[in-house]
Amino acid sequence: MNYRQASWDRKTDNSEEVNEPLLSEKRTQTVTYDVDLPDELVRDELTLPEPAEPEVASHYTRLSQMTYSVEHGPYPLGSCTMKYNPKFIEDVAALENGAIHPDRPDEYAQGTLAVLYGLQNYLAEIGGMETATLQPPAGAAGEFTGLLVARAYHRSNGEDGERREVIVPSSAHGTNFASAAMAGYDVVELPSDEDGRVPVDALEEAVYDSTAALMLTNPNTVGVFERDIEEIAEIVHDAGGLLYYDGANLNALLGRARPGDMGFDIMHYNVHKTFASPHGGGGPGAGPIGVVEELTEFLPDPHVRETEDGSFEFYEPAESIGKVHGFHGNWLVLLKTYAYISRLGDGGLKDTSAMAVLNANYLASQIDLDIPYGPFHHEFVASAGDVDAAEFAKGMLDEGVHPPTTKWPEIVDEALMTEPTEALSKDQLDVLAAAFAATDRKTTEELSETPTTTAAARIDQLSAARNPRLSWRDVEGHDE
Amino acid sequence: MQRIQHDETDLSHDPDEPSPFAPQTPEDVEAMLSATGADSVEELFDVPEAVTFRGDFDIEAKSEYEVRSEIEGLLGRNADRTEFLGRGHYDHYVPSVVDYLSLRSEFLTSYTQYQPETSQGFLQALFEFQSMIVELTGLDVANCSMYDAATALGEAATLAARVRETSGSRVLVPETIRSERRSVLENHADGAELTVETYPLDAGNTDLEALSGLIDEDVVMVYAESPTARGAIEEKLSAIATLSDDHEAAFCLGSDPVALAVLKEPAAVGADIVIGDASVLGLSASYGMGLGLFAVKEAYLRQVPGRLVGTSETADGRRAYTLTLQTREQHIRKERATSNICTNQAWVALRTAIHIASLGATGLAALAEESLTQAAEAAARLDDVDGASAPVDDRHHFREFVARTERPATEVVDELADRGFLVHELGEFEIQVCVTETNSDAVDDLVAAVREVLV
Repeated sequence: MNYRQASWDRKTDNSEEVNEPLLSEKRTQTVTYDVDLPDELVRDELTLPEPAEPEVASHYTRLSQMTYSVEHGPYPLGSCTMKYNPKFIEDVAALENGAIHPDRPDEYAQGTLAVLYGLQNYLAEIGGMETATLQPPAGAAGEFTGLLVARAYHRSNGEDGERREVIVPSSAHGTNFASAAMAGYDVVELPSDEDGRVPVDALEEAVYDSTAALMLTNPNTVGVFERDIEEIAEIVHDAGGLLYYDGANLNALLGRARPGDMGFDIMHYNVHKTFASPHGGGGPGAGPIGVVEELTEFLPDPHVRETEDGSFEFYEPAESIGKVHGFHGNWLVLLKTYAYISRLGDGGLKDTSAMAVLNANYLASQIDLDIPYGPFHHEFVASAGDVDAAEFAKGMLDEGVHPPTTKWPEIVDEALMTEPTEALSKDQLDVLAAAFAATDRKTTEELSETPTTTAAARIDQLSAARNPRLSWRDVEGHDE
Repeated sequence: MQRIQHDETDLSHDPDEPSPFAPQTPEDVEAMLSATGADSVEELFDVPEAVTFRGDFDIEAKSEYEVRSEIEGLLGRNADRTEFLGRGHYDHYVPSVVDYLSLRSEFLTSYTQYQPETSQGFLQALFEFQSMIVELTGLDVANCSMYDAATALGEAATLAARVRETSGSRVLVPETIRSERRSVLENHADGAELTVETYPLDAGNTDLEALSGLIDEDVVMVYAESPTARGAIEEKLSAIATLSDDHEAAFCLGSDPVALAVLKEPAAVGADIVIGDASVLGLSASYGMGLGLFAVKEAYLRQVPGRLVGTSETADGRRAYTLTLQTREQHIRKERATSNICTNQAWVALRTAIHIASLGATGLAALAEESLTQAAEAAARLDDVDGASAPVDDRHHFREFVARTERPATEVVDELADRGFLVHELGEFEIQVCVTETNSDAVDDLVAAVREVLV
């Protein structure tokens, strides 16, 4: 593999060679004002870059060329589900009639409401839930929303003061812990079993009448299915708690199993993972939550329903938690999700999980590293053994692929959490396997000199944190 | 290439409907299965029979053309109306260059920049976004996005509680705050055991006397907006800042990047935190999709929620960019993180940065000046209509303003909608009108329609 990332080395007037200069190093303009406002309300001046459009186009094209994406090659970030994003969904999102203002009265937004209602139903079917709210703008926002729903439910039972704890397995996504804390809960961490699963006996001890909810993903973060899920659900429900499903790994189960059928009461969907809306360098995503029937009255305001005459309307659920987004969430992402699910249909959705699981198992069979937990579904966690996983990752960059998620979950030493998704062909999986092997052959010394094929050589992240320089005002030698 | 023909007994596939986005050929599947030692894909699933799903969702697969046609048809049911809607969310024209550049696959289909060496371009773009917000607010630190203004406000309140040396439990917000924004704030406040209370305004400006009567040592944050949800430019920001300071409360200002191009920098009026919605540049109205702007003074740096991009050096001594101060974040700090935010609005931030770059300082200031004059002109013209007076608040306005009508607002709004125009209904006899370059051509027609309605 000879992939070498583009870099743009240019000398600026006043400094050493740098990659593509900052916009502010090319040209800035300071403007002053003559506006019809009292002086004390007006700023003295504003300084911002002032590039001409050809310079804007050139700048951002160069920046794009210094950015690795799904279409450059394998991007096997475990739990992140980086897969191919169909192009047509962008055209759907660009349709002019979709770009309306969020304060339009229902009767003038019937098309948008129809899509929202359709997507609510699609997601409810796929998750085995009663309905879904589309308002949370990301997966973590979905977790927070789900826990607010749980809290409202316990409050309605007069139990809010008593149910103070949310149980989270040690291997869970960091967002689970943070979301529980944001919703005002104490977090009880549950260690993993020797097979990577939730230990039922330890769970029995942890669950009591103070338990508000247990948060779980299934398959869990080592890719292993929680086979005792029915028993787990019974334990939590018997104690009066709710079972929350973290949808980060739903890609493994699409059409094969549904959280609602496993006993989960609340779930979030990472639609940007499972249904392939582009990740956009870190968002936007969307994190709808599905709930069972007895929780529907607590959903965020507003929710969409169909009226007798076949039109759609927003309404406020009777005991709504209120709002979790200023308007209706990340509409364009939701629209793309609707388009994606409509394109695939039942068969395509089922094939997605099948090929994702096949790809993960095949890739694992082609690499020599230790994989302590199995059988896994769509992702597996290999161990880099004596080698620092972060160093291993830098080495893999030089093989022309993106490395897996590193050092997480912590229950595997020097973890390399790998998720190829259904979108990689066998050839690409072989490329990835070869990258693992080539990196594994490198010595510690050799790894410390990587990466060399990327736009930037190894970056000193420690000094960035010790001496934070967070805007161009902080850049040394920067001409203000 | 021949597509997979699945074995009918294999429940993981439907032989007629493979995923169009999974590239495996039948030969591949066979070879891969054989490498794993399994006879069928079915065998690779470790799902107990009792929870295996064998039903159907009844979602019919469609061709790309069919999906596009279906959605075009659905969205066609959104009535064709000229919107004069705002109240914190605005439709400005987005230059084509924003779409063409941001839709490059490298930006659109990349992930969070956890491997900085291979993500320099996006990191630099986010660093530049942060820098633009720093220039506009005058504050020291901006993060590279929250979801929207409402969630940013919620995060501001919990930050204010954390940075305070003494405990406190009250947050004060203006009575004109949108109810939706307040509701989001309350959900954040609830988990942090804070309560939200409103303070009154007087003719569109903060009622300082009332505010000073409400503020005490238990207040952790005072929030003000400029422009307000009614479009008025708040004139007493410095006084609010002083009052907050006297009680060790953080002063959080809500604004937006277009308004900030002309208004006094928040840092200069004493703001500790600025929140707002920056999608006003970069996205169309998009049914309320947002980009939470979040900036703070240096002292709050370690308590900032969300991602920060900083500069560093490579091993060979060159400037480079990386995510930094990640020990604040949920993936490291878990329940002690400053926020749960993980996926943010990075791509929208990129679009906003490109939009600002393509306007430049001159273009952004011109857009802001237009927002002042268009609102003033439209208000003056409505004021000339018999039965209407505008603006209701004797203040300077930005983009939008409130008008009083002699007929009940419900009737006015409904009849304007019948004539093709959407405006906000506020009080019993108040409507709100927002003007930007995307609807300014229709102001004549709106005024004529109001005249007809008010006859």
